[in-house]
Amino acid sequence: MNKNAAPAVEDPNLILIIDRYRGRPEQLITALLAVQRYCGYLPENVMRALAKELRVPFSKVYGVATFYSQFRLRPRGRHLVSVCLGTACQVRGGERIYRILKREFGVRLGGTTSDNRYTLETVSCVGACSMAPVVVIDEDHHGRLTPEKALRMIKKYE
Amino acid sequence: MRSLIDKCCDECKHSKETPCSDYVICRLEGPICHSDQVCAARRRELLVRAVPQPGFGWRKVLVCGGLTCGSAGAFGLLHVFRGEMERQGLGEEVSVALSGCMGFCEQGPIVIIEPDKTFYRRVTAEDVADIVSTHLKDNQLVDRLLYRDPQTDAVCPTYSEIPFYRSQMKIVLEHCGFINPEDIGDYIAAGGYRALTKALTGMSPEEVLSEVKKSGLRGRGGAGFPTGRKWETARKATGKQRYVICNADEGDPGAFMDRAVLEGNPHSVLEGMLLCAYTVGSSEGYIYVRAEYPLAVQRLRIAIEQAERCGLLGENILNCGLDFNLHINEGAGAFVCGESTALMASIEGNRGVPRIKVPRSTEKGLYRQPTVLNNVETFANIPKIITNGGEWYASIGTERSKGTKIFALSGKVRNTGLVEVPMGISLRKLIFDIGGGIKGGRQFKALQIGGPSGGSLPEDMLELAIDYESLTGAGAMMGSGSIVVMDEDNCMVNMARYFLNFTERESCGKCTPCREGTTRMLETLERISRGEGSLGDIPFLEYLGGVIKTTSFCGLGTSAPNPVLTTMSYFRSEYLRHINDKRCPAGECVALRQFVIVTEKCTGCGACSFVCPAKAITGKKKKPYRIDQDGCIKCARCYEVCKPKAILRR
Repeated sequence: MNKNAAPAVEDPNLILIIDRYRGRPEQLITALLAVQRYCGYLPENVMRALAKELRVPFSKVYGVATFYSQFRLRPRGRHLVSVCLGTACQVRGGERIYRILKREFGVRLGGTTSDNRYTLETVSCVGACSMAPVVVIDEDHHGRLTPEKALRMIKKYE
Repeated sequence: MRSLIDKCCDECKHSKETPCSDYVICRLEGPICHSDQVCAARRRELLVRAVPQPGFGWRKVLVCGGLTCGSAGAFGLLHVFRGEMERQGLGEEVSVALSGCMGFCEQGPIVIIEPDKTFYRRVTAEDVADIVSTHLKDNQLVDRLLYRDPQTDAVCPTYSEIPFYRSQMKIVLEHCGFINPEDIGDYIAAGGYRALTKALTGMSPEEVLSEVKKSGLRGRGGAGFPTGRKWETARKATGKQRYVICNADEGDPGAFMDRAVLEGNPHSVLEGMLLCAYTVGSSEGYIYVRAEYPLAVQRLRIAIEQAERCGLLGENILNCGLDFNLHINEGAGAFVCGESTALMASIEGNRGVPRIKVPRSTEKGLYRQPTVLNNVETFANIPKIITNGGEWYASIGTERSKGTKIFALSGKVRNTGLVEVPMGISLRKLIFDIGGGIKGGRQFKALQIGGPSGGSLPEDMLELAIDYESLTGAGAMMGSGSIVVMDEDNCMVNMARYFLNFTERESCGKCTPCREGTTRMLETLERISRGEGSLGDIPFLEYLGGVIKTTSFCGLGTSAPNPVLTTMSYFRSEYLRHINDKRCPAGECVALRQFVIVTEKCTGCGACSFVCPAKAITGKKKKPYRIDQDGCIKCARCYEVCKPKAILRR
């Protein structure tokens, strides 16, 4: 599906996802994760629909969605670039890679490039400390990076 | 009987619906209910194929499927091996499997060949043909892929000769890296689920509890609460349902031991949880895993599904009347959810905010019912304790900290990876003997133990014997067991700022000391690292740190000032240099450093100008270049690429 347009709540796949958690307020986080996996982010209309079906106040859905760092309230670019800033990556120069990528993309933390190609995020630790510094692009872990390697590598993601 | 977990013939009546109490033992020593030479022979063959022994002719190629090796290419090696073995005409006497993390991540991708114990390092797809033809067909070693001890330059053909492995004592990690985590048959062949069978068929819950208490096992999540006592309280508490929760929300940056256990031997955690459920009388369990660990989640799902299929999870397990259902809950990225009450709030679908701990969660935890919450590593210890007895476990370690602990070594240490050592080993042994010392021959400066809740310890503390009390006494903390090593190029003020930045961001905001206090401390540290600090900042940080420690609500706040307080007491001179001289001795604090080109040394190669991301270096080829200080973003790229060392950092 097109990840930029806000999905209609009538989307049959989305209804299927929401249906699974109907009337189960304790499944809120799992439901939000499932919605985000499908839509790429959490659109407001879907969160409102979810609140109704799970029978929880919208304020709580919004509260949970803004509390956890995995949730995004805005659409993301085609590729999610997460720079690990865990201790080991920090010690081996992860922050420098973050600064360079930020400059290259011309975005702030959590921002998406104007061509909608990359979204830049940071993550506290992905547990791949032996190959620090690490950048995770979509599902791929890239380790032992230098600023040059990082710049070269992102080019591979169209 | 295609795999060890299948029926051998129609005589076997075990199924999910009609469980047999001898199921696990029958796989290993059977058939028990009937006698059939064919069934027995088939079992022996499957067992020796899963865990090869010398002299039987079966061999197994284990490709490390841990994250580090996997990302470096190991995931792809599996298919290359299969294809190459077929091409070179090897029969089914050699099998290939992806295993869990082997621990020595620095040398990845790792390939081990059993039962020869051969250890091949940095294996690429191009090396596979050579390993198959030279090792598997001609029984010769592939020399270039063997590990060499950097100290003595001696070749180590087997993993038991490598110093990194030799000094370890593996209990939890014993099978991690040597079995296929996606095959329950491998775990059973390695002796798995025997402890569960022993407990269910021959021990009362009280006897299991007494073994756990005797072992002296303490929570491996960081706080070190005695596991036996926790179970006992939950057992005695009244409630209509009891819950067992496994805390796999490994949030400490620099810690990856839980990930390795979940990805390498998930069934050991399941078995530990089952034993806990039997002891406390629970029928519902949860594993709360970080969403950042997708592979761990995937392997756990496979493990749970296989255990259910074998009747080792579900109803009337092994015909002993134990019911236990296990659910996976994925976290959504909040460090505070590693705190037990916050984690339970998160399972209930709420924001992960801790609550006051009276009543304790062992009495009123998840859904206000008695709950046992333990860490991954704690649960993984339990089967071993039941198999070998509590006294055996208590004979390892120190007076008050028993058993072994897994540490995740990372940072500037040469051998990064996972190590399991007995409690009481000295930090020096851990860093220099097992860890191989500092990378690139640099000088050791400090190690941060216990992540953002722990502290930084200097070189003269290296003789400290590791246990819960000694570390707390030094101002640090066991934490989950992450050790990040720092060398002379790391600035301790910057390190403290980094950790506080982390806790400040991760503070849930419920209590004021943590929410506001960490913000004020961070502001002060940022001022110091910009060269705008004053001498009054040090006593202010010490005072505020003390207040946060004593008045915060949960463990996150009470330990948040530790990195600042320990660096201030052990590395005070560095703080003073930042404040008085406006200099960062390690050159890490960006605002305080300056890069200049020494005209006499510059050869005019232009490499610095080429890599400069800010285009702040100008000049003509073969003439000295110069750096425009206003344009410089102080990234240090020029400093790193300059061959004649003409760039000065100050």
